[in-house]
Amino acid sequence: MLKVENINVYYDNIHVIKNLSFDVNDGEIVTLIGANGAGKSTTLKTISGILRPKTGNIVFENEEIQSLAPHKIVSKGLVQVPEGRRMFQNLTVEENLEMGAYTLPKGEIPDMIEDIFARFPRLKERRKQVAGTLSGGEQQMLAMGRGLMSRPKLLMLDEPSMGLAPLLVDQVFDIISEMHAAGVTILLVEQNASMALQVADRGYVLETGKIALYGSGKELSESEQVKKAYLGG
Amino acid sequence: MSTFSLIIKQIINGLQLGSIFALVAVGYSMVYGIIRLLNFAHCDIIMVGAYIAWFFMANFANMPLIAVAASILGCTLLGVTIEKVAYKPLRSSPRISLLITAIGISYLLENTAQLMLGAAAKKVPGFFTVETIRIGQVTVSTASLVTIAVLAISMVLLTLLVQKTKLGRAMRAVSEDAETAQLMGTNINGTISFTFAVGSALAGIGSVLYCCAYPQVSPTMGSMLGLKAFVAAVLGGIGSIPGAMIGGFMIGLTEVFVSAIGLSTWKDAVVFLILIIILLVKPSGILGKTVSEKV
Repeated sequence: MLKVENINVYYDNIHVIKNLSFDVNDGEIVTLIGANGAGKSTTLKTISGILRPKTGNIVFENEEIQSLAPHKIVSKGLVQVPEGRRMFQNLTVEENLEMGAYTLPKGEIPDMIEDIFARFPRLKERRKQVAGTLSGGEQQMLAMGRGLMSRPKLLMLDEPSMGLAPLLVDQVFDIISEMHAAGVTILLVEQNASMALQVADRGYVLETGKIALYGSGKELSESEQVKKAYLGG
Repeated sequence: MSTFSLIIKQIINGLQLGSIFALVAVGYSMVYGIIRLLNFAHCDIIMVGAYIAWFFMANFANMPLIAVAASILGCTLLGVTIEKVAYKPLRSSPRISLLITAIGISYLLENTAQLMLGAAAKKVPGFFTVETIRIGQVTVSTASLVTIAVLAISMVLLTLLVQKTKLGRAMRAVSEDAETAQLMGTNINGTISFTFAVGSALAGIGSVLYCCAYPQVSPTMGSMLGLKAFVAAVLGGIGSIPGAMIGGFMIGLTEVFVSAIGLSTWKDAVVFLILIIILLVKPSGILGKTVSEKV
């Protein structure tokens, strides 16, 4: 479904992503794990078109997308929930969700919003509140709800568990599994490697812009190298 | 005339002048909100709008509505073109480059106008016959009432646009966090163009109202008007649309009352004194929010 082929990404002169290749098949949960600064967020930003690879291709559903504008990529069903939730603080909960559905025809939006509210009842209670007044957990629910509003085929989640209390982390991962069960393919970037590898079909370990290791979720969570570096074992 | 009716009359004059400042200030504020640029070319867009109005009124005096429409349309096209040609290529450059470019565009417009049309001021024929109406002891000119009414209608429409439409929501989202708005599928360049179009159309309306109040045009007419509107935008809180309106009215009223008490030579100084005070006391302005810089 998504194929990243030998991409190289630079920030000015700094070579951040080096010949990176990986793929995500239809219906999978794939995770990219790695330490801070390994290039995980950069990879997602490049796929979304915010950053441009200097060389290499990104293919989504048999179409090269590496030179498309970000909004064109979203309208193809490849959507990112950015790191740190990034709510529009001055917009209401409902308006944030409407922003998520920017590429959908207007008539479908009210039904989609009701779907999201059914999934996240807390958001319904707060629909007219501005997003800046929500708690961290509620903001993460809103961020994921907003990502779902565009009916993505592939949803990329950047550190959805970051900064959340353990109970909420479990909740976030439950929602990821639910979304997956509902037919959304997921590319999950996480520092919380143990949780990510539990839900993932396959995983890639990113180190300084390169794939250091890959395998099924189970294989990686049992690998000595991963245990030592990322699972605190 | 009693002191009371004199005060009422001055308030109406202040609101008329304030309406013009407000229309221009809203344009400054909207553009600042979306690309964090003090668009110094904005004041010269008004000058061009006024020249367009003058041209049509001088040649087709019996069709004032055509002149108004041409002026608004001309300003809109000019604003969007300036953004596309001069600002868009600098989207990822340091903000200071953008600011310097804006100042450059401002000089370019002023000097082109001077070259083509001469430095001398030209008289703009009246758009409609201005009459004075008596309400009790107070006499007001229809020009004042029309100006205030046009501002009120413009602001209601603008508020509906920004608060209730999809494009308005996109404008607010882009001004808060452009990258995330892109990730939601917003066409950021389209949204920025649209913002310039709306801000410049308001400048077009402002230029016509300005010509109603002071019926002459010159290549540098925009600079003082633009500076004062800029003070109004800062006073109200730059980036805030209601703030720009409040700031516009406050600057308009201040000017009129300073003149009314016999200090008309001091009126510009007082306006800039307000700028200095607001920058010292509350740099975010009346309705502005102090936002911490994102890292």
